[in-house]
Amino acid sequence: MSTATVSPVSAASPVQAIVARCEALFEDLEFKSVQQWKAAVPGRKAIGYMPIYVPRELIHAAGMLPVGILGGGDALEVIQGDAYYQSYICRIPRSTIELGLTGRLNCLDGMLFPSICDVIRNLSGMWKMLFKDKYVRYIDVPQNYQDEVGGVFYMQEMQILREDLAKIAGREITDADLNASIAVYNDNRVAIADLYKYRAAEPWQAPTSEVYLLLRAGMVLPVEEHTVLVRDYLAAAKQVERTKRDNARVVINGSFCEQPPLSLIKSIEMSGCYIVDDDFMLVTRWLLDAVPTDGNPLQELSRAFLHRSASTAAKYDATREEKGVYLMKQVKTRGAEGVIFAAPSFCDPALLERPMLQDVLSKNAIPHTAFKFAENTGQMAPIREQAGTFADSIKLWNAA
Amino acid sequence: MNATVTMPVSSKRPQNVQKEDAMWQQKELINKNYMELATARANNRKVSATFVPGNLNELLMCFDFARSLPETNALQNGMRKKSGKMIMDAERDGQSEDVCTYVKADLGMMMGGEIGPTGEAMPRPDILLLSYTGCFTFMKWFELIRHKYGCETVMLHVPYQGEGHIAPNMRDYVVKQLKETVIPTLERISGVKFDIDRLRQYMRESVKAEDDLVAVLQSAKHRPSPIDGYFGSVYYIGPIFTAFRGTPEATNYYRTLRAEIEQRVREGKGPITPDGEMGEEKYRLVVEGPPNWTHFRDFWKMFYDEGAVVVASTYSKVGGLYDFGFRHDPDHPLESLAEYCLGCYTNLNLPSRVDMICKYIEEYQADGLLINSIKSCNSFSAGQLLIMREVEKRTGKPAAFIETDLVDPRYFSAANVKNRLESYFQMVKAKRGALAGTH
Repeated sequence: MSTATVSPVSAASPVQAIVARCEALFEDLEFKSVQQWKAAVPGRKAIGYMPIYVPRELIHAAGMLPVGILGGGDALEVIQGDAYYQSYICRIPRSTIELGLTGRLNCLDGMLFPSICDVIRNLSGMWKMLFKDKYVRYIDVPQNYQDEVGGVFYMQEMQILREDLAKIAGREITDADLNASIAVYNDNRVAIADLYKYRAAEPWQAPTSEVYLLLRAGMVLPVEEHTVLVRDYLAAAKQVERTKRDNARVVINGSFCEQPPLSLIKSIEMSGCYIVDDDFMLVTRWLLDAVPTDGNPLQELSRAFLHRSASTAAKYDATREEKGVYLMKQVKTRGAEGVIFAAPSFCDPALLERPMLQDVLSKNAIPHTAFKFAENTGQMAPIREQAGTFADSIKLWNAA
Repeated sequence: MNATVTMPVSSKRPQNVQKEDAMWQQKELINKNYMELATARANNRKVSATFVPGNLNELLMCFDFARSLPETNALQNGMRKKSGKMIMDAERDGQSEDVCTYVKADLGMMMGGEIGPTGEAMPRPDILLLSYTGCFTFMKWFELIRHKYGCETVMLHVPYQGEGHIAPNMRDYVVKQLKETVIPTLERISGVKFDIDRLRQYMRESVKAEDDLVAVLQSAKHRPSPIDGYFGSVYYIGPIFTAFRGTPEATNYYRTLRAEIEQRVREGKGPITPDGEMGEEKYRLVVEGPPNWTHFRDFWKMFYDEGAVVVASTYSKVGGLYDFGFRHDPDHPLESLAEYCLGCYTNLNLPSRVDMICKYIEEYQADGLLINSIKSCNSFSAGQLLIMREVEKRTGKPAAFIETDLVDPRYFSAANVKNRLESYFQMVKAKRGALAGTH
């Protein structure tokens, strides 16, 4: 098994400073940065959202802070949350409820629960029952991709959200507000696309344990600040020479909702894999290109969703031929040599999707391996061994 | 096309199971559908598959499809003790142990030569109508079937009632999909042109059966209840939730059933069980969650042996909330189909589900709530512990929680379930005693 490790950068380097800041934000389960943002200007509001995708532009246009809620991770002791769920249900809803019941989400004025699976869907109703003073909305997204059918429905759903947020904000959200917010998020998407491109080109320079933290920072920071942070990291990362290893280049698939512990990502890297693409926090990369800023903003957001968005297990593939196309594109464009399916235990969408994607990969002779995790998985040795063996086998096959 | 389908010979009635006449009639209907599926190719009929919640049976009949419902195939295989092997075969083929066992039983059945529950061959569907009501797994299920067997899918995305009501844009969206996607696809696959008057005619027939079904379900308000609203209801909902809604056979069945049940009310009788007439009615329960199918009879026996009757259940509403007033409307056929899909039980948000259960407890004078939590079904199960607390708080009636699975025999622990039920009945009795003491 390979024993390659990610090269450290010096403690004083700008990269390290940025990563340290992101890590502090990641570890802050009290959401102090959100509290501080709200406290800076009286009357500010923050709206939480769960994976996979919500049109954050609407929240931003209302002058509010969108806050990505991705469960409690491995640092949160779940006590009350477990009393709400049977053992066979994934961990993210129970740790999210724990965050809510312990007051850690008091800084949020509302929560959005996107259409992703039955568990998160039902959590929207639970939130309504448990937190009666908060704004709660289930965000349905279309599984019909015709502009005049699914597109119209989605625009209507966005319009309802727009009106609700306007009521909370106490002011109208104009088309100009929305177009300005779309522009801000377009800029963020460009920055993240650059980051992903750079990581794929030189993964030893931008390890995923750092890229991941950068993305997590984007869940709590104002988008403008996050864009600057991503660009600062890119600039700083390019200034540091890190050791290039003979690692296997892999894509991670299945981690689009409940998040793996950071130590799991580090373990995959330490085992001899460079992660060159993934589906962590897809909200940041859901829309695949720039959304026009000079049209009807809801229509443009709708068109982008219907025709130019990422693919994942929670989204219907209208034909058999489309299955796995997005993943294969990730593999090809990133120059990946294999795919690691890392899905949370009891995640219906990821685990039901997996056999189909595995089949597509097998037919294209792309090596793959699979394991499950929970956000509080503690034992990394088996994962290191499996990922390491996978990396070694890729190297052996390539050499043969 | 008018396919002539020979009625199957009725299976011989086994001596050790007691059923009402309507139950035998129901069994014949279900067998008839399997026979129609088995002979579909010979009769030059196209085959559709679609899911029970929000199924568009009347619409599919407009195109002369033989109609398969994968959940009922899985549950029938479960009741016949065939599902365990199918599930393990699907797991060996790469399906996770964590996911829905209906899906795995269906995939396992297809892998095992596509032999249906009654032993007849199940034809591969020509179209998978993905009426996506109340369950995300449905989407993956049909994608999996499509991926493995090349069947075409057509999606009907039914929005969730996240806000506890059906908004006009939700209804419009479903109607638009019917007009622009679903109906043209069904026309293309079947070669039959859509005739809205034919749809209206089927819907007129549906309404008759729906009225009679509601009378049957609401008969449980009597003391003693003449029916079991969970185990018995499984038989009652079978035809209307599957391939028979809108047919004269279903109308006849529900007319017969209603007459039988009304006769039982007049005679002051309780439900009939597989072991005969139920004894004294000691406990009246509301049940949330689907039943276990692999040990269905053993499970039911644990109730009637203790004198427990289920007076209302949420499972018997997965195929429509008729008892809350919904009827198919021949004057507005597509809008009515949309309302039907949107209104099924698992498409309701949790506060609505709590309201419904509380209403049942009150209107059916139930002693409490029992939740059968199903490992396979997150649509039902996620949030049930909060439902339980909320219902207890609002009604003051005791609630209990048991865990089983749909069709995976590995997840039915008879001793555990029985212990929990016995403790629960003791709790109900104690609560009654305490209440009596305070008055």
